[in-house]
Amino acid sequence: MNPVNYLYLAALLFTIGATGVLIRRNAIVVFMCVELMLNACNLAFVAFARMHGNLDGQIIAFFTMVVAAAEVVVGLAIIVSVFRARHSASVDDASLMKL
Amino acid sequence: MSFPLLTATAVLPALGAIATAAVPAAKRTAAKWLALIVSLGTLALAVTVLMRFDPGGARYQLTESHAWIPEFGVRYELGVDGIAVALIALTAVLIPFIILAGWHDADPLETGSKRWRPTQGFFALILAVEAMVIISFEATDVFLFYIFFEAMLIPMYFLIGGFGDRAHEHGEETAATQRSYAAVKFLLYNLVGGLIMLAAVIGLYVVAGNFSLTEIAEARANGSLHMATSTERWLFLGFFFAFAVKAPLWPLHTWLPNAMGEATAPVAVLITAVVDKVGTFAMLRFCLQLFPEASKWATPAILVLALISIIYGALLAVGQRDIKRLVAYASISHFGFIIMGIFAMTSQGQSGATLYMVNHGISTAALMLVAGFLISRRGSRLIADYGGVQKVAPVLAGTFLIGGLATLSLPGLAPFVSEFLVLVGTFSRYPVIGIIATLGIVLAALYTLVLYQRTMTGPVKAEVAHMPDLRVRELVVVAPLVVLLIFLGVYPKPVTDIVNPAVKQTMSDVHKKDPQPEVEAAK
Amino acid sequence: MENLIALLVAAPLLGAAVLLCGGRRLDAVGHWIGTAFAAASFVLGVVLFADMLGKSPEHRTLMQHLFSWIPVEGFQANVGFQLDQLSMTFVLLITGVGSLIHVYSIGYMEHDERRRRFFGYLNLFLAAMLLLVVADNYLLLYVGWEGVGLASYLLIGFWQHKPSAATAAKKAFLVNRVGDMGLSIAIMLMFTTFGTFAFGPVLQSTGDAGEGKLTAIGLMLLLAACGKSAQVPLQSWLGDAMEGPTPVSALIHAATMVTAGVYLIVRSGDIFNAAPDAQLAVTVVGAVTLLFGAIVGCAKDDIKKALAGSTMSQIGYMVLAAGLGPIGYAFAIMHLVTHGFFKAGLFLGAGSVMHGMNDEVDMRKYGGLRKYMPITFVTFGLGYLAIIGFPGLSGFFSKDKIIEAAFAKGGAEGWILGGAALLGAAITAFYMTRVMLMTFFGEKRWQPDEHGNEPHPHESPKVMTIPMIVLAVGSVFAGAFFGIGERFVKWLEPVTGFEHGHPPVSALTVTLSTVAVMVVGVGFAYAQYGRRPVPVVAPRGSLLTRAARRDLLQDDFNHVVLVRGGEHLTRSLVYVDHTLVDGVVNGTAATMGGLSGRLRKLQNGFARSYAVSMFGGAAVLIAATLLMRAV
Repeated sequence: MNPVNYLYLAALLFTIGATGVLIRRNAIVVFMCVELMLNACNLAFVAFARMHGNLDGQIIAFFTMVVAAAEVVVGLAIIVSVFRARHSASVDDASLMKL
Repeated sequence: MSFPLLTATAVLPALGAIATAAVPAAKRTAAKWLALIVSLGTLALAVTVLMRFDPGGARYQLTESHAWIPEFGVRYELGVDGIAVALIALTAVLIPFIILAGWHDADPLETGSKRWRPTQGFFALILAVEAMVIISFEATDVFLFYIFFEAMLIPMYFLIGGFGDRAHEHGEETAATQRSYAAVKFLLYNLVGGLIMLAAVIGLYVVAGNFSLTEIAEARANGSLHMATSTERWLFLGFFFAFAVKAPLWPLHTWLPNAMGEATAPVAVLITAVVDKVGTFAMLRFCLQLFPEASKWATPAILVLALISIIYGALLAVGQRDIKRLVAYASISHFGFIIMGIFAMTSQGQSGATLYMVNHGISTAALMLVAGFLISRRGSRLIADYGGVQKVAPVLAGTFLIGGLATLSLPGLAPFVSEFLVLVGTFSRYPVIGIIATLGIVLAALYTLVLYQRTMTGPVKAEVAHMPDLRVRELVVVAPLVVLLIFLGVYPKPVTDIVNPAVKQTMSDVHKKDPQPEVEAAK
Repeated sequence: MENLIALLVAAPLLGAAVLLCGGRRLDAVGHWIGTAFAAASFVLGVVLFADMLGKSPEHRTLMQHLFSWIPVEGFQANVGFQLDQLSMTFVLLITGVGSLIHVYSIGYMEHDERRRRFFGYLNLFLAAMLLLVVADNYLLLYVGWEGVGLASYLLIGFWQHKPSAATAAKKAFLVNRVGDMGLSIAIMLMFTTFGTFAFGPVLQSTGDAGEGKLTAIGLMLLLAACGKSAQVPLQSWLGDAMEGPTPVSALIHAATMVTAGVYLIVRSGDIFNAAPDAQLAVTVVGAVTLLFGAIVGCAKDDIKKALAGSTMSQIGYMVLAAGLGPIGYAFAIMHLVTHGFFKAGLFLGAGSVMHGMNDEVDMRKYGGLRKYMPITFVTFGLGYLAIIGFPGLSGFFSKDKIIEAAFAKGGAEGWILGGAALLGAAITAFYMTRVMLMTFFGEKRWQPDEHGNEPHPHESPKVMTIPMIVLAVGSVFAGAFFGIGERFVKWLEPVTGFEHGHPPVSALTVTLSTVAVMVVGVGFAYAQYGRRPVPVVAPRGSLLTRAARRDLLQDDFNHVVLVRGGEHLTRSLVYVDHTLVDGVVNGTAATMGGLSGRLRKLQNGFARSYAVSMFGGAAVLIAATLLMRAV
């Protein structure tokens, strides 16, 4: 199978993830969409590794996974504590950053 | 390696500042004494510098040089010439008087007021300013100079914004607003100047490859470092702008009346007599040495601005209703004289300008500190609130008059010597500018005598009828300044002897010779 | 001997320092200390004078170099003294009259609680004035010049609680400052022309300098002299200066300080000799002022202001003489000395009258005082005869010579100047007779004041009358002593030079006409004030009288042109500084603030909109990169 197809898939997944981040309000869903984008990138890396015949892409994919795992831990913890404090998982409710 | 005297002179007040700040809140008197002792110690060190300095010796003496940021060629390089020695001595002499005059300025207010006045902070900040000013006078590395030139804004900002006059005619709230306005204005003006200078400093590095004043000046002199004419002019303007803000030169002067008006009198003295001198000093040291051709190119414009400063400052001083703002505008007029002397490019003008910096420091300190004593008694800065003080407090009035007479450059007092030198130096090269500038001496008499007449003479106003005369502490502040004014007016030779060789070198830096008289006078 | 010169200046300076720093504990003896230091200075002067007389006329100049004052590359100012015959004349006049007035003040200021300070200021004045006349260069002279200005300021405003006194003091200092501007420009011109401003080198090299430069220097020196000597156009301060205590008016504003301008011109004689245009200006100023002062003197009812007008006029004579060149220098100084005697005597007499009349100064409220104060009447009368030039008395010898020299100028100028001087002599006789008649003759015109205190005229104590008697003796004999055998001229000749003038008419004719116009002046005054009673309230008078009462509108002119104009200028500048200069900066700040307010709205706090801008930014960056690759 032509490896370029994997890249199309990666682009499709990334777009779905990005759209989700931009339009959804539920923090959990936004968070999942971010994960989706990260995995789309991972797929692209692996596909490139296959296309170019070296392992660099695969190694970076592993890095990404590790970082994503760490991020999930921190991110979920924040979401949970925000939910506890405000009884809402909507990202629009947490608009305290503006002056 | 010999004892790093110059570093010590700057480090002692810095350490003193930290120590003063660390004194526990309850022991405010101890903090005051500590600050005073440290400032006297600094004075002793400055006197040692003065003694060790050999006027006939090398241009920069007591030099210290260490690598600091070798990647960028930044060095910790100190050295003093005659001009710097004179100004370090001025700073070290004035700070103890400033501390002593401001002895009660940062005491906590009476019960019922919510304002917290950190005594320790006040004196620590003054010492911090002293340290930074001294090291600015000593630095022969452009980058090192720049850092402290900018850093001294921080303590000054807090001194202006944090400590105002004890009583205020418009109430505490308005006073606080005006104070923070003045402090922010001070900071913004000087930051803008500093930013432009930073660009010029970086530009200089790009052109010259290092920051050492001595190396660059030498390379400029022997031709090994060539600058395109336009590059030199841009760099000169960058440096000059920052110094002109600090000096301050018309039209960049408007921060000074606000700052001096809102700050307490000792801090106002600190601004105009000490901190501002870094600006005029830097014109002599950096602008003329690094960019001699551009300095000559800009001379006509700068002289005109200086002339405007002289006349404009004096006229505005006449129109003021507030004692401290009046002194501020008078200072603007005097800074015009200093800058005019520097850029007249004659030996008399530059020696006069240096002497002027010293004398203006002393005379403004005398006038402003006495004005501060006066204001603290009545609780108002408005001239119209006074009248007949001479009758109730003759010593206060007498010292105020002497300070005023020094401000109007009465012969026999120190400022006359410097003002006349500046005028002669300017006149011999630019007669028209010199003649117009002499108008300044008439206007100076006008604003000083009007101030004295309205505050001190006439019928005694009810509010001042029970005003006490100068106290011992206040007399200890004023009397030495008056003695200095008279001594340097009669015998300025100790200062001119130190300054003259440095001026001679600056003159040769800019390749200028004094105009010669028309006639060889008979002996 | 040279070292005594420094001591001469130092003695009163020390006195001033002791008195002003000594504080209240010296109140009881302050006046004695002050008088002692003044007298010490006089004794030193006499010793130096005796020494000088012992030498041959060419070798009488004493020089003393004290120390290098302002040593700067190319600019050497020294503190050094030069005592020659010209300076010596002044030293004796200053210390002599000064000591007498110190003695007089002991009595006059007896009831003033600040008497110690008064004597301190008087000593300060003596020191500055002595420094002025013994300095060996113009810059040091300038120190003395401003020093006497300061002393004058302090003494005019001595009664500071009176706003009028404080204002008069300020005015005097300011007007003098305008003159000082002239002196400093003159010194700067000397420096650029000669490279020095010491008397010797400058005055000996005038031959090498261009006439234009010398004329400029001369005019600037004239401006300085106008300020200090109250000559037109800087005359306006002298009348107001009478706010000071009367001994001050006698010493500073009649006998010594106001003559400093004459000293300056005579001292710089070599410069003026080489600059005829400047000389002409000097004579014109002198002639105008001598008439101006005389006219003002005719209209004043305040005895001191009438005398002030007279002072102005007499100094006009001296300046006129000084402008005539070597034919006039010696006579200018001679008139200066005789004037010092009789005018100081007249002022002290006026002070004595005021002392007896509860400080009343309006002559219309005097009248018939000769019966009450005989000594004052006699001494004042002798001074009066001296000033109007009564034959045989001081003023006759000195004034006559000046009139003669003015005619000797030659041509139309000589006739105009001589005519002005003659006319001045007639007016002098008129106004002085008026003062004399209104004060000492006629009926008594004083009345109780609003508190019901009626003045009880009485003779002043001995401490006041003795100085008056001494000065009266001087007024009578000094002229004859100096004039007969040209003694004074020969004394000054080595310093100022001398030429005999040749008036177009014989000297005797000039003398006779001088006496004739004097008699006419006295006659007019007698007709108006002697034969008719003097009204207590001044009549409205003619236009000229009313203008003269207002000092020929000098203050109105100054007020409209300088004061109002200046006020408008400063007020508008304060406005400009606040709105324009500051406004530009504040405007910049406001614009920045507005911009940041707009930008702030972009930061709405919604994470999604931040994400959109991130994505948008990333997209733009990628597009730009691709675009750059493609190009």
